[in-house]
Amino acid sequence: MKKIIIALCVLLSPQVFASSGSIHLEEANVDLSDKASLQRGAKYFVNYCLSCHSAKQLRYSRMAEDLAIPPELVEQNLMFTGEKIFDGMGISMRAEDAENWFGVNPPDLSLIARSRGSDWLYTYLKSFYIDESRPFGVNNLLFPKVGMPHVLADLQGLQRAVYKDVEGADGNTRSVISGLEIAQAGRMNAEEYDQAMHDLVNFMTYMGEPAKLERQRLGGKVLAFIFLMIVIFYFLKKEYWKDIH
Amino acid sequence: MSEQVVDKRRRLFLTAAATAVTGVGAAYVAVPFLSSMNPSDRAKAAGAPVEADIAKLEPGQLIRVEWRGKPVWVLKRTPEVMAELNAEGDYLRDPESNESEQPESCKNSGRSIKPEVFLAVGICTHLGCSPTFRPEVAPEDLGPEWKGGFFCPCHGSKFDLSGRVFAGVPAPLNLVVPPHEYITDSRIIIGSEGGQA
Amino acid sequence: MSGMLKNALCWMDDRFPVTKVWNEHLAEYYAPKNFNWMYYFGSLAMLVLVNQIITGIFLTIHYKPDAKLAFDSVEYIMRDVEWGWLIRYMHSTGASAFFVVVYLHMFRGLIYGSFKKPRELVWIFGMIIYVALMAEAFMGYLLPWGQMSYWGAQVIVSLFGAIPYVGEDLALWLRGDYVISDATLNRFFAFHVIAIPLVLVILVFMHIVALHAVGSNNPEGIEIKKHKDDKGVPLDGIPFHPYYSVKDLVGVAVFLFFFALIIFYMPEMGGYFLEHANFIPANPLKTPDHIAPVWYFTPFYAVLRAVPDKFLGVVAMGAAIVVLFLLPWLDRGVNKSIRYRGPVFKAAIVAFVISFIGLGYFGMQPVTPVGTFFSRFFSIVYFAFFLLMPFYSNLAQDEYVPERVDEK
Repeated sequence: MKKIIIALCVLLSPQVFASSGSIHLEEANVDLSDKASLQRGAKYFVNYCLSCHSAKQLRYSRMAEDLAIPPELVEQNLMFTGEKIFDGMGISMRAEDAENWFGVNPPDLSLIARSRGSDWLYTYLKSFYIDESRPFGVNNLLFPKVGMPHVLADLQGLQRAVYKDVEGADGNTRSVISGLEIAQAGRMNAEEYDQAMHDLVNFMTYMGEPAKLERQRLGGKVLAFIFLMIVIFYFLKKEYWKDIH
Repeated sequence: MSEQVVDKRRRLFLTAAATAVTGVGAAYVAVPFLSSMNPSDRAKAAGAPVEADIAKLEPGQLIRVEWRGKPVWVLKRTPEVMAELNAEGDYLRDPESNESEQPESCKNSGRSIKPEVFLAVGICTHLGCSPTFRPEVAPEDLGPEWKGGFFCPCHGSKFDLSGRVFAGVPAPLNLVVPPHEYITDSRIIIGSEGGQA
Repeated sequence: MSGMLKNALCWMDDRFPVTKVWNEHLAEYYAPKNFNWMYYFGSLAMLVLVNQIITGIFLTIHYKPDAKLAFDSVEYIMRDVEWGWLIRYMHSTGASAFFVVVYLHMFRGLIYGSFKKPRELVWIFGMIIYVALMAEAFMGYLLPWGQMSYWGAQVIVSLFGAIPYVGEDLALWLRGDYVISDATLNRFFAFHVIAIPLVLVILVFMHIVALHAVGSNNPEGIEIKKHKDDKGVPLDGIPFHPYYSVKDLVGVAVFLFFFALIIFYMPEMGGYFLEHANFIPANPLKTPDHIAPVWYFTPFYAVLRAVPDKFLGVVAMGAAIVVLFLLPWLDRGVNKSIRYRGPVFKAAIVAFVISFIGLGYFGMQPVTPVGTFFSRFFSIVYFAFFLLMPFYSNLAQDEYVPERVDEK
């Protein structure tokens, strides 16, 4: 019995099932109805991500429609030459080349917000720091040994890890990363960069499920209708069951 | 069974309301299912306007372009053929193209924007086969009257080089001329007319 | 107008027993008048079955059972097909809803003794439906061809490999290849869309025919057929239609409310209905960090993992399902309903529910020493509940059992 109680206590403490090396995820505060943010996000995505990562499930035409960008503007500003407006967002890099350069083929990002979650993406994009031991000179707190260079460094600048000493369970002190600080300024200050990453993650969340906004908008009406059904059926049932004693 | 009097009107009203709300609900549920069978975004993307480059098209030559999964012929006609087409065509069913489908700009004897360049959807108006291009004059199988045109192998319908149907063949209408426009002298957009896709 | 309809009905009745079937199964099928809310889940299971079949047909119109195309075709449905996202979510949410409803339906049968004589076959047909449903859900889960689809199928099919002598060949035969592949996907598709649904529909038919032959049980465990009036109508029975048809409508509407709530606002249900890793295309070279079956399989998966031997683990998992079939013969209690079964049986039911939910929880979690300890503990409780039933089921039962519903 004692064993069970101890086990239960261990079980109920939140740390046990948190994944290893977890860090606190920052909230991306996704708002899919903010068209301006989605438009800015689309611009960042095309400029910074789409050179290596495809998003083949999303058609430019669909994006133009959903984000209220005139198709001509999409063609002029967001598409590479040779692509058509109805195409999915592709890349020109070949998979073999990618593997030679990065060691892995950069994954398609169409559904990344659904597999990783928006908060994860937001935190990930803010967690690059200088690590000379890595091929591209950067590492990521959230994704250790990440294969991707910090492509947003010209916006954010470069961060450096701040260490602190922690006493481990075995009594030895170890140096662990307690946070990140800007070592080399970029074009944006911290607030602007946060806003930019919010926009980008917002767009990537949209990209993962373009119908999401429509889905949620429709939901209220459907629920209201079903509620009406419940009321009518309830009174119908009550009326008939007056017969039963 | 019941001691108290059943309020028949109330029961009838509630039954009617329940039936109505179920019917409306069922109708709403049917909409997504039925419309899911419409052409999807992918099919619509495949139906987008396509471009044809006719810079290298020789007189007498025909190229095929795929538009909405259908063959579209682009034919450059010779001056001799043009003269023939302008002549009175009493062997044609609808020489003025009054019944057939073509853009307003092509409602002339050549059925084209530029006289020598003819575009048509290469699908017979009878039952949907694709006619063969038979430009030669008076071949053995088509007889001495044949001045060049399109011949449908399925049921023997004949069209002239403006896609006009002969009288006395199964096909009821002239070939369809798709909406198209010239972006430059040698580039045609098929499926788009006056900026409209 | 009504005269014409009557004539048409007569014409039909001479050739096909429309009125007879209507009366036998609805208008003159007498059900106990004391059903409570636990009795909604049977008709709801039917509703979900219909939902799965209709949405399934429309998904099949667009889906491609090909390893190269399957994942993209699901996204095609989600993005390019008009309303495709809604139909897909109705199907994926329906799968989980099916198990929610069926588990509650089975639990109802368990606590009110609906499996007891003379309803053993109703229970057996129901259990076969449940097993077929598990097969249906398992094969359907491969079709989106995501990481969880792939590796889930890999693990489950490998279980068959644990069977002595024939196991490896059996697993190979099931896959049609040395790994889960295009061949597997294609055959699972065939089973998922036609073979098992056909079996399910036939079994549901048999389940209902058997039920209507013996009559429904009720929360008091009263046999209403024992007391009939001079016309042969059970005194505590009421015609299914209109009384239970209008009552079930309320249940249907309430169910639809929650069903729509999930579809429109949380179709992934936090990763329980649609797992996050399944948004990554299947990659035979890379297993996800943590794989777990969908929630409705996890109690049995936990039993599997609780046993430290591959073969015995599979045996234990199979036994956890087989033992459910034996319920009508394991329970030797005289009284049917939990209301009159005394404290021992009630305590056993509570222990069973906790262990089943506990197993379900630990089946979802990564393997930890704590998890393994509890999985073993709960597995023992689970099996003890069934195997000790012949000994405890008749202990301390109530002496008084009502004969009539309104008896006080």
